[in-house]
Amino acid sequence: MAGILVYALHDGEGNFNKNALGAISEAAKLAGEVGGEAAAVVVGYDGDDAGEKLGAYGAAKVYRAKDVPEGLAQPIVDVMTKVISENGFSYALFGGGLLGFEIGAGLTARLNAGVTMEVTDVEARDGKLVALRPILQDSAIVDVAYVGEPGIIIGRLNAFDPVESGSGAAEVIDLDVELSEFSTKARMVTRGEQRGGDVNIEDADVLVGGGRGLGEKDNFKLAEELAEAMGGAVAATRAVVDAGWYPYATQIGQTGKTVAPKLYLAAGISGAIQHKVGMQNSENILAINKDPNAPIFEFCDLGVVGDLHKIVPKLTEAIKAKKGG
Amino acid sequence: MKICCLVKEVPDAAVQKRIDPDSKRLDRSGEKNLNPFDTHGIEAAMQIREGGAVEVDEIVAVTMGPSSAVRALHKAVALGADRSVHLSDDALAGSDVCATGLALAKVLESESPDLVLLGQQSDDGECYVMGAVIADHLKMPSLTQVIKIDVDGEAISCERQAEYGYDTVEIDLPAVISVGDAINEPRYPSLKAIMGAKKKPLDTKAIGDVGIEANQVGAEGSKTQVLGMNPPEEKAGGEIIEDEDTNETVEKIVAWLDERKLV
Repeated sequence: MAGILVYALHDGEGNFNKNALGAISEAAKLAGEVGGEAAAVVVGYDGDDAGEKLGAYGAAKVYRAKDVPEGLAQPIVDVMTKVISENGFSYALFGGGLLGFEIGAGLTARLNAGVTMEVTDVEARDGKLVALRPILQDSAIVDVAYVGEPGIIIGRLNAFDPVESGSGAAEVIDLDVELSEFSTKARMVTRGEQRGGDVNIEDADVLVGGGRGLGEKDNFKLAEELAEAMGGAVAATRAVVDAGWYPYATQIGQTGKTVAPKLYLAAGISGAIQHKVGMQNSENILAINKDPNAPIFEFCDLGVVGDLHKIVPKLTEAIKAKKGG
Repeated sequence: MKICCLVKEVPDAAVQKRIDPDSKRLDRSGEKNLNPFDTHGIEAAMQIREGGAVEVDEIVAVTMGPSSAVRALHKAVALGADRSVHLSDDALAGSDVCATGLALAKVLESESPDLVLLGQQSDDGECYVMGAVIADHLKMPSLTQVIKIDVDGEAISCERQAEYGYDTVEIDLPAVISVGDAINEPRYPSLKAIMGAKKKPLDTKAIGDVGIEANQVGAEGSKTQVLGMNPPEEKAGGEIIEDEDTNETVEKIVAWLDERKLV
């Protein structure tokens, strides 16, 4: 067995998921170390450009099951099981996101294989992959090796950067897959429905996070205006979501989403560990909080101790002026 | 309909968690609690029972763990389960995801449920995967991160939040559903229910009782191996500004953003 197989999630309209492309890039980087090549599995996609789009990130082959529906895990477990058993792969690698967790888990059971979740880094040691996983709310990192093959690695959201490697188009191999009986017992009725004002905060480069320090629901408009000026989106802490100030879809943290934008601007957020888990991988963290002892000041890149109600409106104006000028 | 709710005993959220440096496993001493995510699974089962669309004959709480895990089962029963099953065996110690999933699937197989409900993650393992592992072993359809369940006879309709927005999925029973904590607000158990919980039937099983071989679980049955454990890289502390003159503060922030090409 050799090589690394990646699941290439897409939105059904020809756009491959950023985390999936990151996983392919990571697989391409590591494939030589374990022997073999990086390959991708695509379902529910009949575009002629799959080989070019995924090859650009380092996939040497694309296994495509056009008739298998995208979005539900178990049919994809059937496809990946077939590809692994017929072609032999030492590892299956998934970019962060819900579907990768579900498919990886199904493969674990199907192939009696080891799995590691929330992986932030992968290293090759003596021709084998070792997954690095933060545990206990990121207070320690464990190095996990696999007993037997394949090893299943599920990345944390945004753990792997998509890198165009300049490789040529991948060879596309069309598959005919017979699905397990139980895989056909779940049917997608509607996929990806957007609901009132929900934004996909995981895709935003700039996030303005609002916490209890905003004082009341209406003050979220301060965060919204700043986010708009910066071309970003608004996120929230669990406390304010629980209080009904902002929708659950925007909740960051242990019981919400994990994000890693270029800038996370925390307005009135203390930085409790449950929130930190969801946003600490942001490239730049800017915190505004009136409490100088707020934990967020221990891990932000720029901390401003002061009243956000005074600072944020002026900051919004300054950014608008700068962009306008 | 018979509903099995998987539950787990986890260290209390307030307890500082640590890894035993010798065994490289979570130090499970100290105060314990029922995994908060699993209380949403039990509440979902209770709401199906009370909803009246289907007849729920039985709600069974199921756990795997050492003898102390009985307390999690008592709490699950206080919240509404009718009885509980405890898989407890020394051979299970050190089971990874692969081995744990197999063991729990074997216990569930012996119960033949129509619906398995569990929290989408545990407070300690932060795994998110157990429902899908178990479903594949049981050859049942599964869905995770479910935030709404509508039951109608032989099928259920679920909503969940996924990569591209909300999905609505129809699933034939029997099925395994992992629920998110946005699905409901778990009720508080009554004093009477708490007092009565220890009197409800509790079935303790060893691995042999549910057809598990010793080499399928524990360290021997596990397919991952922890090589080591290290502290995360220390991040250098950032710059801190005290806001004395807001105009000046804003200028500094904009300069900082500008330097990083963020505006």
